[in-house]
Amino acid sequence: MEFLYSIFVTPFVEMWTAPEFLAEVVLGGLMSGIMYSLVALGFVLIFKASGVFNFAQGVMVLFAALNFVGLIDAGLPIVVALIATILIMVALAFAIERVVLRNLVNQEHIILFMATIGIAYFLEGLGEMIWGGDVRPLNIGLPDDVWFVGDILIQQSEVFAAAVAGSLVIALSLFFQYTRTGRALRAVADDHQAALSVGIPLNHIWIVVWAVAGLVALVAGIMWGSKFWVQFSLSTIALKALPVLILGGFTSIPGAIIGGLIIGAGEKVAEVFWGAAYGGAIEEWFAYVLALIFLFFRPQGLFGEKIIERV
Amino acid sequence: MKLKALGMLAGAAAMSIASFAANAAELNVPSLVYRTGPYASGGIPLADGFADYFTMINERDGGIGGLKVKVEECETGYKTDRGVECYDRTKEGALVYGPYSTGIAYALIEKMTADKIPLLTMGYGRTTAADGTVFPYVFNFPSTYWNQATAIFNFMGGELGGMDQLKGKRVAYIYLDHPYGKEPIPTLDKLVEKYGFTYDKYPVAPASMTEQKSIWLQIRKTKPDYIVMWGWGAMRETAVKEATNIRYDMSKFIGNWWSAGEEVATPTGERAKGYRAATFNGVGMDYPLYDDMKKYVYDAGKASGDGSKAGTVLYNRAVVNAAYIHETIKLAQEMSGKADISGEDMQKAMEQLDLDAADVKAMGMTGLLPPVKVTCANHEGQNPAVLIQEWTGSEFKIVTDWIPADTAMTRPLIESDAAAYAKEQGITPRSCS
Repeated sequence: MEFLYSIFVTPFVEMWTAPEFLAEVVLGGLMSGIMYSLVALGFVLIFKASGVFNFAQGVMVLFAALNFVGLIDAGLPIVVALIATILIMVALAFAIERVVLRNLVNQEHIILFMATIGIAYFLEGLGEMIWGGDVRPLNIGLPDDVWFVGDILIQQSEVFAAAVAGSLVIALSLFFQYTRTGRALRAVADDHQAALSVGIPLNHIWIVVWAVAGLVALVAGIMWGSKFWVQFSLSTIALKALPVLILGGFTSIPGAIIGGLIIGAGEKVAEVFWGAAYGGAIEEWFAYVLALIFLFFRPQGLFGEKIIERV
Repeated sequence: MKLKALGMLAGAAAMSIASFAANAAELNVPSLVYRTGPYASGGIPLADGFADYFTMINERDGGIGGLKVKVEECETGYKTDRGVECYDRTKEGALVYGPYSTGIAYALIEKMTADKIPLLTMGYGRTTAADGTVFPYVFNFPSTYWNQATAIFNFMGGELGGMDQLKGKRVAYIYLDHPYGKEPIPTLDKLVEKYGFTYDKYPVAPASMTEQKSIWLQIRKTKPDYIVMWGWGAMRETAVKEATNIRYDMSKFIGNWWSAGEEVATPTGERAKGYRAATFNGVGMDYPLYDDMKKYVYDAGKASGDGSKAGTVLYNRAVVNAAYIHETIKLAQEMSGKADISGEDMQKAMEQLDLDAADVKAMGMTGLLPPVKVTCANHEGQNPAVLIQEWTGSEFKIVTDWIPADTAMTRPLIESDAAAYAKEQGITPRSCS
């Protein structure tokens, strides 16, 4: 009886009696969701263009951040380190296309997925070999304090991350909509063979998309790394992006953002108001449950493309 | 074909002889480390300190009893399965293990007892292994998690003006959702019964150590009088940073001794000023031992890492761990009358280890290593206690004297849990009288 009470009565009473706290929880969740979205965006880009779920995206976040902070530590000015890291991520995209993807053209998606697992382990090891396994501070002057609006606490770093994520989405949308390469990317995403038949070079497109995913990983790495330093636990944030993708759809950039917001707010509300009834730490699995509930009604995710195949 | 087979046989025989000779000529002390992965921030200084100490012993003394100490590292990534694999790969001729992981320690207890190799879980692992009658091959001196928990609450009581002042207080317990973080919970429940405070549990999932927002939202709401953290990996620095974000009084935030490294508070820097943590070893390099470390290791370019970790809290703890092993090896050689000792010899010596203040001074480690007296029945040592260190904004300073644990409360719990384990495993406790 007590358990049922803690599920069906207590949380709602708490929400009703402390609306400011509820607002803070929801707001905090939305902000966390934006951080997840930053990681999810990288997954979406690659899946959109190649239908491959890039298992290495989380490690790419770590690898990009490691190179950035490593170069700063080596004495490079921040701007130079940023440009150098961008070049590294572009070079990585070239290398991945040349060494891995080109040899796997026309293979099943599961084969390409397995290849990305290999890339993940390789990058983690390479990052460790070059920069060591130590925790590295990343201080590039991003806001790191909090604001209080009434009694509601807002972290400046998360507001900044929200602005960056918004800018990224706008930039990517413009890139996809109005540039020649962007249109080619959309064509490849729609149909590989049709795109090839009209002369769109698949290899070139893959390089572009992996490079853009690398840049998104760098942005996510800088945001997360500034908050909690650059360390190997960064690669595990990919796990937070998975439910976002399931919910938002694997092919939609706005879906990654909206999915992140829903997952972020949902898991925080669940943890704060229902967590105690289950012994705590429910947000780990609740995010997946929430995503699965949405899948019941929209199997392709909120913004995913509905695939209709002629039988 | 016959010639090829003969050649292979001869090769194998030669390798066996070489391996035997190598083992016979060295004291094998494998080191299970985690220099990579999410827990590397704590794992690196621990691995470096352990390796550097034995490098110094090999360089300064030519080893122990004329035999060089071989420290072979095996990377576990703080993963239990890999830890067990590392053990199986390195156990040939091994004298002792200390995996710096409660999960790995739990997994190795039965294997190592069967292999007759002592497991030294210095301030971690299974608390009830302190009962030597049931766990002859497991040691956890100079203190255990349960006793650490009681000592931390003794500190709080002292600060509040008496243990009775704990009544009605609210404590938040933030812990890694892992065997390590759950280990002190039975003691906390007993302390609640005894002192009448309440506590809320906040587990942090290992997969998302840097995402603790919901925990800190709840803490902002419940406003606990104290926060106690049993953290490891990135969860610790995240927790400290989040605590400063919600403007929590950092002097009421107390980490356990694995939440006591500089890497925990450095990211937050000045804002984390006042954060406290338990410890059982000294900080800094102001000890005579470090003169030798400098001469034979750092200046000689033989440091395990880049040397930057020397003198940090966790580096020093690994040095202390290595020093206990060093003294045990010396004692084992003395007791057995031979230099080339076995795991069994180590176990016998560890049960006789008695380092008083004069011994510690002779080791050049006064204030760095706590004196300890181990017995057959008590593998935790006679006087478990903690020091409290405080973050000044840039470094930790020890701010208290030794705070004793409540062994009167924990020892019966240890014995009853060990007895239950013995019954479950069909073990007949040995007599230590």
